[in-house]
Amino acid sequence: MEAQTAMNNTDAQQDTKSHSIDISSMNRGGEELSLEKETVCMQVKNMDLFYGEKQALFGVNMTIPKQRVTAFIGPSGCGKSTLLRSLNRMNDLVDGCQIKGEINLEGQNIYQKGVDVAELRRRVGMVFQKPNPFPKSIYENVAYGLRIQGINNKRILDETVEWALKSAALWDEVKDRLHESALGMSGGQQQRLVIARTIAVKPEVLLLDEPASALDPISTLKIEELIYELKDKFTIAIVTHNMQQAARVSDYTAFMYMGNLIEFGNTDMLFTNPKEKKTEDYITGRYG
Amino acid sequence: MEITTDTHSHHISQQFNNELEDLKTHLLAMGGLVEKQVQDAIYALTEGDSAIAEEVRANDRAINDMQIRIDEECTRILARRQPAASDLRLVMAVTRATSDLERVGDEASKIARHAIKLAEEGEPPRGYIETRHIGNHVRNMIKDALTAFARFDTELALKVAQEDKSVDLEYRSAMRALVTFMMEDPRSISRVLNVIWVLRSLERIGDHANNIAEYVIYLVKGMDVRHSTPESIEERLSES
Repeated sequence: MEAQTAMNNTDAQQDTKSHSIDISSMNRGGEELSLEKETVCMQVKNMDLFYGEKQALFGVNMTIPKQRVTAFIGPSGCGKSTLLRSLNRMNDLVDGCQIKGEINLEGQNIYQKGVDVAELRRRVGMVFQKPNPFPKSIYENVAYGLRIQGINNKRILDETVEWALKSAALWDEVKDRLHESALGMSGGQQQRLVIARTIAVKPEVLLLDEPASALDPISTLKIEELIYELKDKFTIAIVTHNMQQAARVSDYTAFMYMGNLIEFGNTDMLFTNPKEKKTEDYITGRYG
Repeated sequence: MEITTDTHSHHISQQFNNELEDLKTHLLAMGGLVEKQVQDAIYALTEGDSAIAEEVRANDRAINDMQIRIDEECTRILARRQPAASDLRLVMAVTRATSDLERVGDEASKIARHAIKLAEEGEPPRGYIETRHIGNHVRNMIKDALTAFARFDTELALKVAQEDKSVDLEYRSAMRALVTFMMEDPRSISRVLNVIWVLRSLERIGDHANNIAEYVIYLVKGMDVRHSTPESIEERLSES
């Protein structure tokens, strides 16, 4: 007891010795993140998008900052998935889809003539709402992207599969059953497998379209944790209906409404003090 | 985005509207009670009415309970509704305001304690005029801060912040006068000291009213203006 008191006393003495108080480690969150300071990964310029006669996006301008998580939120039909899909030209597959304006990836317009769309989609990978593993083994699912690139060297495949599964926080759960079918995994594991498959080809950008909406809360949190870890290596854009999820995982949030980008800014500010009334109404659950 | 008193009543969830409305009502009820405590404590002191002073002392417990209840409401809303934007700022402003109001209640209780002591000793000492004057001043500040909260009125909140400065000046000049009394008549020291404690409490109440006014600005404008001078608050308000 006495010894402890003596120790506390020396602690107190040491405390009084240090005069300056350093609070720089206290993160001010939103006030420090600013789009102007970010490196641009993708840039959307004056983009209009039409499905046949119907216009789905109206003059969207925004940047997707590098190695950050950008979330798209907004009510159903607001155009957020459409915008996400146009980031790797997934809309090319839709009949009657027309695009005006441009989207640059590292300064190159991805809608320019002569762009190799397969290569673009390797650089800008996408994960969908429902986990869609191939009916193959876990290993082959992850190795798939490399194999279609013509890489068959077993050592490279092994290394990449292990790296991708580790990056997707799945390795420890599946390392003993790599050659079993992927369809025997749980939904959450399947979704992380799909993410592993996507990152195995080392994309620059990861597009996630409602990646956790079909998962239970714990699997959802694992995906969110994974997103946080992946942003060191990749630029991430995520569409989510779950506003709290956007608030939890993203650095920047874009709020879309009826095909317009209403507000785009750092997530802390958008969720504590949005500039636009429409944003405020949506994130607080009001009718406008 | 600047908000109005109407802002918190348009949720799709009517239940959520009610919860936020209740929160505001409860805070204002607590504020009303605290304001009355301050008024009664000053009256008890200047009129030498120890019965009222005893009442003030007893009521303090109710104020403490209110603080706990309102904080529980805030915790519940945070946990169940995950409020964002102005809803979140309302909840934050309310938890902060309850803690300031509770402290004002404590100060009123302290004033009542000194009132009882001074009443027992008979003969009103010097310094009551100053006490009454500063007392009315800070009571109005509390009232204005609460009105500003009720109406989301940043102009009035700014006025409270400006008033706090003049209370500080009055406090300092009253202190000088009381020190002079003590020097003139050393026998009065212990009694005058009691008055000094009261003035100190009143000055603190002014500071708490100022804090509440700052939360109103945070709530309405989303600007954290704590620890700023009234001049810089005014400047930031005019810029926004």
